[in-house]
Amino acid sequence: MTLFIEQCLNGLQFGLLLFLLAAGLTLVFGIMDLVNLAHGSLYMIGAYFAATFAAWTDSFVLGAVLALLATLVVGMAVEVIAMRRLYGRDHLDHVLGTFGLILFFDEAVRLIWGPEGLSLPLPSWLNTAVTILPGMQYSAYRLSIIVVSLAVAVFLYVLVMRTRIGMLIRAGASNREMVGALGVNIKLLYTLVFGLGAALAGLAGLMQAPILTVQIGMGENILIVAFVITVIGGIGSVRGAFIAALLVGFVDTLGRSYLPDLLRLVLSPNAASTAAPALASMLIYLLMAIVLVVRPEGLFPASAK
Amino acid sequence: MRKTLLAAGTALLLAAGPAMAQQKSIKIGFVSTFSGPVAVIGNDMRNSFELALDHMGRKIAGMPVEVIYEDDGFKPEVGKQKTQKLIESDKVDFISGYIWSNVLLASIKPVVDSKTFMVIANAGASQVAGELCSPYVFSTSWQNDQTPEAMGLYMNQKGVKSVFLIGPNYAAGRDMLAGVSHTFKGKVVGQELTTWPAQLDFSAELAKAKAANPDAIFVFYPGKAGVQFLAQYAQAGLKGKIPLYTAFTIDETSLPLQKDLALGVPGAQEWVNDLPNDANKKFVADYMKKYPGHRPSFYGAQSYDAANLIASAVTATKGNLTDKEALRKAFEKADFKSVRGNFKFGNNHIPIQNFYLQDVVKDAKGDYVLKTVATIVKDYQDASHSKCPMK
Repeated sequence: MTLFIEQCLNGLQFGLLLFLLAAGLTLVFGIMDLVNLAHGSLYMIGAYFAATFAAWTDSFVLGAVLALLATLVVGMAVEVIAMRRLYGRDHLDHVLGTFGLILFFDEAVRLIWGPEGLSLPLPSWLNTAVTILPGMQYSAYRLSIIVVSLAVAVFLYVLVMRTRIGMLIRAGASNREMVGALGVNIKLLYTLVFGLGAALAGLAGLMQAPILTVQIGMGENILIVAFVITVIGGIGSVRGAFIAALLVGFVDTLGRSYLPDLLRLVLSPNAASTAAPALASMLIYLLMAIVLVVRPEGLFPASAK
Repeated sequence: MRKTLLAAGTALLLAAGPAMAQQKSIKIGFVSTFSGPVAVIGNDMRNSFELALDHMGRKIAGMPVEVIYEDDGFKPEVGKQKTQKLIESDKVDFISGYIWSNVLLASIKPVVDSKTFMVIANAGASQVAGELCSPYVFSTSWQNDQTPEAMGLYMNQKGVKSVFLIGPNYAAGRDMLAGVSHTFKGKVVGQELTTWPAQLDFSAELAKAKAANPDAIFVFYPGKAGVQFLAQYAQAGLKGKIPLYTAFTIDETSLPLQKDLALGVPGAQEWVNDLPNDANKKFVADYMKKYPGHRPSFYGAQSYDAANLIASAVTATKGNLTDKEALRKAFEKADFKSVRGNFKFGNNHIPIQNFYLQDVVKDAKGDYVLKTVATIVKDYQDASHSKCPMK
């Protein structure tokens, strides 16, 4: 039983982390109608900044805060310099342009930090396990990821549903031309939204850094999963991204942990332990396929156009 | 008619080509990973191979040496293409390198079919030591089972009664976990294979290992995955509770990132940087002189040996590369000074060699270094040699 709870916590942690990445992606896609393949690069930049600032300041928390601000600035700069040229163009141009950005960021990181990658060591108070239930310990760091991500989810909810900026964001997702026609400074709104998305990606990257280390191209694999989540959740919907991210986190983690045992019931132990990891890594794509068949617009489509 | 004549002419030219050209230089192809997160391993291998050539004055048997390095991009299909390119269009005399067992298994057929001599500098797929063994394939590393088998023996010495195994789901990972089970006398309470190379989060596997409550955990995670595994093992609160035993998880390419996490985690290896033979002292000292800020790893040591093995065979046949039989016999003698101390080849062309226990310590300058603690097993031969039909 404790094992099941622990695996659920692992799934929750993974899901919440994916939510941070997918929320930014879905906001940018929903509001600006922009396919941003370089979202994973901002995730990587956040991790590199955190590792660097933490080493300079000798403090993990201070390094993380500085990295978050720095990624926000980089995100807004990217919007002003590169993304503005892409609005109103074909999606294929977006893909081409932002793919170029991936190459640019990968090479820039190689020039600045070198090809070896960095590590972001945790302070000792995070690098242990804490007792959360009698007889059950859980990684303090993964627990803190859950707490921070939940706080960010609440912040996003309040921002999008309860504030004036949020109202504009929602309006922008439903009908961009009308928002512009009503005299809203769309340019500024876009820069802000893109910066926010970048900061969320950076936060995901820097929180993942102590677990997965910091390396070039670290954002590319996880970006695919983030796209899967935006598709499942419904493009442009933050609530959809939240539910879909948790679904994907649970399906992936529980699949990895219980599929080998299930397969052992029908296959030889050797065949089961070889086939299970391959099957488990397919589960989320299976989930996406099912959702696409049943609800092609995703679980919570943002706008009923 | 004109076409036929042209074709005939070309064929004649091609046929005459090799006979007219005197062997003036030696061409070696080297396939490894030079891009992406594991490029540090490929760079260490290239650095060591280059150092070996420097030590030979960049000549073997009086002929200049040309090395063509190719990047396999960490992918079996790319490795195979690059191997075919080296053989078919570059027409290399020897081929070396190969970090990954799955890349090696994909690439070996064109090498054997073309009767090109291959010296594997790392990958030790059990099939290549057994049913796929070939007169043209030699290894300066090991067969995958050997190192974890040595670790299993060490765990017996330590009185470990139960173990949980974790490793990646590809050719080498499956060999490694099987290897521990061969020699470990206690109980294997669980085994987890993870998607390779995509999966980098091991939370689900660590939770299962913790729940199984074994005396020890054995892991095999080469390259960056080893850094990630050690970090997550500490974060899960397992450090100091369930001891970790490793093979190919801690080395000089991963230590700069693992740092404190690697302290006190034992590993088995056939070469350690402080082995007290003259060839090794020269290799380690000159490597650190030529590449400041870097230390050679076992990947490099095996590549250095690969270059020297090729040189020993070519020198013994006085540079005559056409007599393949004589060349093979010269290779089989392994008549060179290996940095691990001299070794013999088994019938399957895999070294029969010692395995050492290594540990991580901080040296006087505060750097993290590996050092030899004990010899686990001497003159150890791999289990696959009986499956190899060569005598």
